[in-house]
Parts: sequence; C-alpha cells; structure tokens
Amino acid sequence: MKVTVIGGGVAGIQTALALKGLGLKPVIIEKEDTLGGKLRGWHKLFPTMTPVGEVLEPLLRELREQNIPIMASTEVLGIETDGVITSHGKVESRATVVCSGFDLFDATLKEEYGYGIYDNVITSADLERMMNNGKVALVDGTQPRRIAFLHCVGSRDEKVQQRHCSKVCCVTGVKQAIEMRRWFPQSEIYNFYMDIRMFGSGYEEMYRSAQQEHGIQFIRGRISEAAPVPGGKVQIKAEDTLIGRPLKMTVDMLILLIGMTAGCSNSHWAECAGLEQSDSHFMRPLNVFEGNVRSALPNVFYAGTVTAPKTIGESLNEANAVAFRVAEYLKGL
Amino acid sequence: MIDFGFGVNTARAINMDTNDLDTAREIFDRLPDLQTCIACGSCTATCTAGAITSFNFRKVHTLVRRGEYGEAYAEMSKCMLCGKCRLVCPRGINTRGVVMLIKKKLGDY
Repeated sequence: MKVTVIGGGVAGIQTALALKGLGLKPVIIEKEDTLGGKLRGWHKLFPTMTPVGEVLEPLLRELREQNIPIMASTEVLGIETDGVITSHGKVESRATVVCSGFDLFDATLKEEYGYGIYDNVITSADLERMMNNGKVALVDGTQPRRIAFLHCVGSRDEKVQQRHCSKVCCVTGVKQAIEMRRWFPQSEIYNFYMDIRMFGSGYEEMYRSAQQEHGIQFIRGRISEAAPVPGGKVQIKAEDTLIGRPLKMTVDMLILLIGMTAGCSNSHWAECAGLEQSDSHFMRPLNVFEGNVRSALPNVFYAGTVTAPKTIGESLNEANAVAFRVAEYLKGL
Repeated sequence: MIDFGFGVNTARAINMDTNDLDTAREIFDRLPDLQTCIACGSCTATCTAGAITSFNFRKVHTLVRRGEYGEAYAEMSKCMLCGKCRLVCPRGINTRGVVMLIKKKLGDY
C-alpha cells in the first residue's frame, strides 16, 4: 500500500526506509532539488563530532538501493484523505507522514545583535558552513583572538514569538566552542548562556570537557546588545548574573546560536487538513506519549522536528516509530 | 566652588577589555577544575566562614575569573580552610587549593 512521506530530511528518509522494510510503498515528496534537509550544510554532529556524511550518506545509499520513488522540487499544496495534492499533480496514498522539519530562526529579527549589519556577527549555521568550506576567519581574512557565543537566540524569547526551548543549541554551542578551540588554540572563547541544558547522553560530559580541557569560559547572562567598534570588532554587553554586575567586552567574532523555529508551511497544513498547532506553531501531535507520531486525523502522521525541536537521533527514532504506527493503521483498514 | 552634591561615579561594569586577565589565566592553568564550577552554591551554603561573615566563595572566585581582583585576597583570608566546601562540591573542585592559589597569586593586589 502506498504511503506519502512529505519531506526528505533525515526523518523523511528513515521513515521511507522503515515503511519499505514493513512491505509498504513509500514515496518521498521533497520541495528542494536534493534530499538531506538541514543536515546537508552541517559539518559535525554532537556529542561525538561525527562528520555529517557518516550519517547522511548511508541513508541516501540505502534509499537508492531500495528504489524508493522520490519527487524532488515538488511542493505539497494540500493533504486529503485519499492522497496529497502537489505542484506536480495528485499523489494517491492511504496514509501521509509529515516530516517537513523546521526552519532556522532568522537572526536578523534580533536587531540588537546586528546580524547582517555588523561584520563578524555570524550564526551557528554560518559557522558550520565555514567549517565545511575549510576556512573559518574574520571578514578581513584574519584569525579571531576573542570569540563569544550567545545561547538562546530565537528561543525562550517572547519578543520574537518563540516561547519554546530549541533544545539542541546548548550542546551545539558547546560543540562549536570546542571546534573553535581546535581552530584557534590561542583564542579566548566565552559562552553566554541563560541555562545550560545538557539533556542527552554524553552532553554533560562534553560540557565538562569544554570547561576543563578546552578552557571555554561560561558566563551566565544574556547579551543585551552588540555594537560595532572600529576594526570590525563588536562590543557586547551582558550582566554576569552570578556576580550581579554588568559586564562588557570587545570580541572579534560573535556567534549566535540560532534556534529551531516551526516550519513556515505548518500553518498551511494546519489550515488545509484541520490540524492543530502548538503555541510556537510546531504541529501538535495527538498526545506526547503513545500518540507522539500521530495527528488528530487517523491517516496523517508526524515524524521529526515538524512537531518540536529534536536531535538527529530522536528524529530517526520517530521515523521508525511512525512506520510501525502507519502499518498498524493500514492493517486495520 | 559650590558643592551641588553631585559626583562622578566609577562605572560598575566588569570591563573585560581593560581587566588584567593574565593572573586569572595563570590560576586556571594551575587548577583547570575551577572552570568546571556550575555555580550551584553548595560551597557557599555549607561554608563555616560564610555562616558568620559576608564571605561568599562562589562569588569571589567568579570575580577573580573575570579579572576583578580587588578585595579577593582579603575575602579569601576569611576562609578557615575547614574543607567542607570540597566535600559538597558536585564537580569535585579542589576548593581549598583555589583559596590558597588565589591568596598566593593575588597577595600583592
């Protein structure tokens, strides 16, 4: 039986593979011209520093070997009970799994940090791209001597309508700080954080090694503003909340750890299929326990970051779980 | 000159551009465990000296880590080296070692 999988990121790919393994006929619809989603463009994965290719390439290879049909550069226009309407016509299917993922928070919305305005204010995604290209440097090509990371950019922030915790940025900040230490052994590296949330296996250990072995300094306080100073540097202001005094410093590079924001197409699914969204516009699963990959509609399912920020591992787990739920649903028809 | 009762206050901000961070760095290099402090406050909660004076070990060593050395020596002198803080520290930091090192490094501040 045919099942439509919307989105060809890690969740979508693994969902399709798991469905195929259960004897079903998945078809992947992807709006971009290539599969891989946000993972493409990332450099290494926490907490093991695993190169992205080691995760993505085997998935893509398996997809090719299994001959799973892929409709790339195809937009989904609507979900119906008997299929999905796309920009290339209707795809008939008995069930649909929405794996459309998330969007990266647009850092220009936090104008006070000057992203896109000042030189040398970059995002965590920009840094991954730089590392992928094999060159991390300031705009003038020189090496940064003092680097600051800011956690929670576009997370836990009412001002930009992002109430949720994006969950993966804390550990990404720790990972990237360690990577920057390797790039620039002589630099000073500071992470400005509100809370450090090391929820996953090996994360706390990584945080500790960042402090102890890599000399990363963690300052509790949110940077309130950044201002350019001559020479392409940036002056930042924060409160050192553990001391209770304001703090300022000039840095060569400011890296904003941008959060995961709900996919911009979520409102569209919600409207056309009558599905619910959470406060932060992620799709709301039937419930967060045994119904975490189900929607309020019996034939529409979810996997991955379409419902909330998640790690790669969690998205892959949900992909396997959703295949099982879809098979269960189709058996009952 | 008429005294209008106004004065110029010195800035309260911790200025990481002008502070001397070299001494702090020497302290980390000797005791890198100090960096692993998660600011739980167990040391200060259990501190014998802190119970009877304003001594706050967590705050003083955090100030030192930011290059704010003023009064750190005098503050650390309130410590009686009883070592209860070391017993309760969840990160296993050699807190008495930190006290002694800060006093040694900052004696002339």
